[in-house]
Amino acid sequence: MLKVEGVDLRYGDMPALWDVSFEVHKGEILVLLGANGAGKSTIIKTLSGILRPSRGSITFNNIRLDTEPAHEVICHGLVHVPEGRRLFPEMTVEENLIMGSMAPEAKKKREETIEWVYSLFPRLRERKNQLANTLSGGEQQMAAVGRGLMGLPKILMLDEPSLGLSPLLARDIFKIIQLVNKRGVTVLLVEQNVKYSLSICDRAYVLENGRIVLSGTGEELARNEHVKEAYLGV
Amino acid sequence: MELLLQTLVSGFLKGGLYALIGIGMTLIMGVMGIINLAHGQLMMVSMYITYSLFALFGVDPYVSLAVSVPAIFILGVAIQKFFLNPLMKIDTILPENQVLMTVGIGMALTEIMRFIFTSDYKSIQTSYSKTTLLMGNISFSLPLLIDFFIAVILTGALFYFLKHTDTGRSIRATAQDRDAAILMGVNAERITSITFGLGAGLVAAAGTMLMPVFYLFPDIGGPFTRKAFVICILGGLGSSVGAIFGGITLGLVEAFGATYIGMEFADMIGLIIFFLVLLVLPGGLKRITGM
Repeated sequence: MLKVEGVDLRYGDMPALWDVSFEVHKGEILVLLGANGAGKSTIIKTLSGILRPSRGSITFNNIRLDTEPAHEVICHGLVHVPEGRRLFPEMTVEENLIMGSMAPEAKKKREETIEWVYSLFPRLRERKNQLANTLSGGEQQMAAVGRGLMGLPKILMLDEPSLGLSPLLARDIFKIIQLVNKRGVTVLLVEQNVKYSLSICDRAYVLENGRIVLSGTGEELARNEHVKEAYLGV
Repeated sequence: MELLLQTLVSGFLKGGLYALIGIGMTLIMGVMGIINLAHGQLMMVSMYITYSLFALFGVDPYVSLAVSVPAIFILGVAIQKFFLNPLMKIDTILPENQVLMTVGIGMALTEIMRFIFTSDYKSIQTSYSKTTLLMGNISFSLPLLIDFFIAVILTGALFYFLKHTDTGRSIRATAQDRDAAILMGVNAERITSITFGLGAGLVAAAGTMLMPVFYLFPDIGGPFTRKAFVICILGGLGSSVGAIFGGITLGLVEAFGATYIGMEFADMIGLIIFFLVLLVLPGGLKRITGM
């Protein structure tokens, strides 16, 4: 569905990604694992067009994405829920959700989708007229995921959705991600919560220093000695 | 008492126009993160459009709004597109250089107008320029009263647009988090151009509406750029609601200064308030109202 081939990326003179290649299959939950600075967020930002690869290609359903302007990427159904939520702080929850549906296709179904999002997150309906910067961390994350769903994603890319949340709230978010996935949305998840994300994913890639060093199903990686030692601390 | 009320009324009415000037600047400030130092000069060009239409074809200044506002809107979009956006694309150019570019644009506009119209003072005398309405012993200048109502309508329309249309929401979203807005599919460059056009259109409306009661020469832009800046600082940079308060405040302060201290001090008092706000209440009224 989504194919990344031989992508290199540099920040100025600093190489950040080396020859990264991977695929996202339709309907799966794919996880990118790695320590801070390994290049996980860089990959997502490259997919959504904020960063440009210096080599390689990104194709989605046979459309080249790496040459599209960043604001067009969402129109193809590739939706990026950024790290740190990045809600519009002085807009209401509902306005934030509406902002998620600016792409032409999503705009047509705005009313329908917003009802669906409210049914997934009843809390957001209660808070719909509240400014985003008055929400709690968990509510903000719900709003950020909800805003992502408003774009009618074929692939939903989530960057560290559990960051800064209590374990309980993090679990709620992961449950929602699984629920959304069951409704047919492919999920690309970047996480530091290795244990939990390996347990819900279909496949995972491990990144170290900008290179993919391991890949496999969640179970395989959970049993892998290197992963155990470096990421699970056992 | 009468003098006090009279001062209050004239300050308030003028404040409506000032609010329009300030909102224009603050909109641009919000989305681009820079101060448009050609703001008053855009207003000056609009005033010359109104003057020319009146002098050549006898078009009433209020009717000429239909020409001057769209013309300056287009000029604003063009300035953004061809002069400012290219500067944004190069990382090594500091945002400060965009501000310098607006200074240059302001100078160019001033000199172009001087070339066409010379430095002579121009003004428009309409049948109603000096008409006043009396309410008790308080007089209301008819043109300023009309200006005030049009300013209220334009401001209301702008707020409705920002709140209830997709383009308006995109403008606010871009001002609050540009990268996140791009992720949502907002074409930030297009939005920035539209915003610059809108800000320019608002100040153009203020300029045209000032014509029946004011005079005009090419260097009039500078003082109004300064006024717009003072209004934005008073209200809190980037806050549209604050710009309304800032505009009314400046109108009142100038009126009271002119009445109780002396005509020639009106501008100076505005600047003193400006310094006081920066010293005592950095962040302006936005700090208090939070809007």
